[in-house]
Amino acid sequence: MHSFGYGANALFTFSVTALAFICAIASLSDNFSNQNPSTEIQILNINRFKKQSYENDEVSLTLDITADLQSLFTWNTKQVFAFVAAEYETPKNSLNQVSLWDAIIPDKEHAKFRIQTSNKYRFIDQGHNLRGKEFNLTLHWHVMPKTGKMFADKIVMPGYSLPDAYK
Amino acid sequence: MGWIGETIDSIKSIQIRQLLTQAISLGMIVTSALIIWKALMCVTGSESPVVVVLSGSMEPGFKRGDILFLHMSKDPIRAGEIVVFNVDGRDIPIVHRVIKVHERENTGDVDVLTKGDNNYGDDRLLYAEGQQWLHRHHIMGRAVGFLPYVGWVTIIMTEKPIIKYILIGALGLLVITSKD
Repeated sequence: MHSFGYGANALFTFSVTALAFICAIASLSDNFSNQNPSTEIQILNINRFKKQSYENDEVSLTLDITADLQSLFTWNTKQVFAFVAAEYETPKNSLNQVSLWDAIIPDKEHAKFRIQTSNKYRFIDQGHNLRGKEFNLTLHWHVMPKTGKMFADKIVMPGYSLPDAYK
Repeated sequence: MGWIGETIDSIKSIQIRQLLTQAISLGMIVTSALIIWKALMCVTGSESPVVVVLSGSMEPGFKRGDILFLHMSKDPIRAGEIVVFNVDGRDIPIVHRVIKVHERENTGDVDVLTKGDNNYGDDRLLYAEGQQWLHRHHIMGRAVGFLPYVGWVTIIMTEKPIIKYILIGALGLLVITSKD
């Protein structure tokens, strides 16, 4: 019972179990953190609004995004992935979500920011429903831990709308 | 001459019994592993409840060698979720984030566009010829949790299969030579 093989095996099993336990505890501790992120988004300008040659509306806009996501960071957080999506309804689609901008926030210092940017991804509709369209801008965040369970949530800001005519 | 025959018989029977016992224990171990795997498949509702990250397209969040735990539910697919999907004609699943969703009013059918966090452009280049969107049946699960580094074992065994054979050989040797 005292051979090297048995000893090594016992040590290995114990270390793996202990490691798994630590990872589980680290992940659980994330549930107790108090989180209150905040954000504000303004549309600065509608740059382009036209109908593409094959029947789909496309709009390009410049956004001013202010956000404070510092409270999302815990000691078990590796990064927070944040993105802004436009959400709206059309006769054909009960829900459309189009991501306009995203960023990887690697640490707490970068989590409070204000940027002005045009949309990173093209805002294209399936159809030509965007004239005068009212839509929500939603800031989503996805907390990616060092180990364990990932969390996601969002803040919905309604009340934005597009012009009634192409430009 | 009779007792030689008896001894030989008794030796043979012991060996056979021992061999059978060891073969059965090995079979039990393999079967329990299979049962656990299938149970995981049932609980998470996904065909492969655990996947290994193979590329760097989701860095720095997921690095090559990390393990992702998947879960598939009937909840609708929404932007921001990290999904695992299969493209027709490719057998390696891809783990990327949903950036666009267009869900149909009546049928609940959905068009989904994905992109790797670390990639410059969206995944249309990865989809099949002429395919612009992913649909529900392409998606195998959502990533809900992860463990770093643990997947390297699988990557090494896939890319250098000689190590797999060495491991299996060593295991086999251990089973045969163990006293219990």
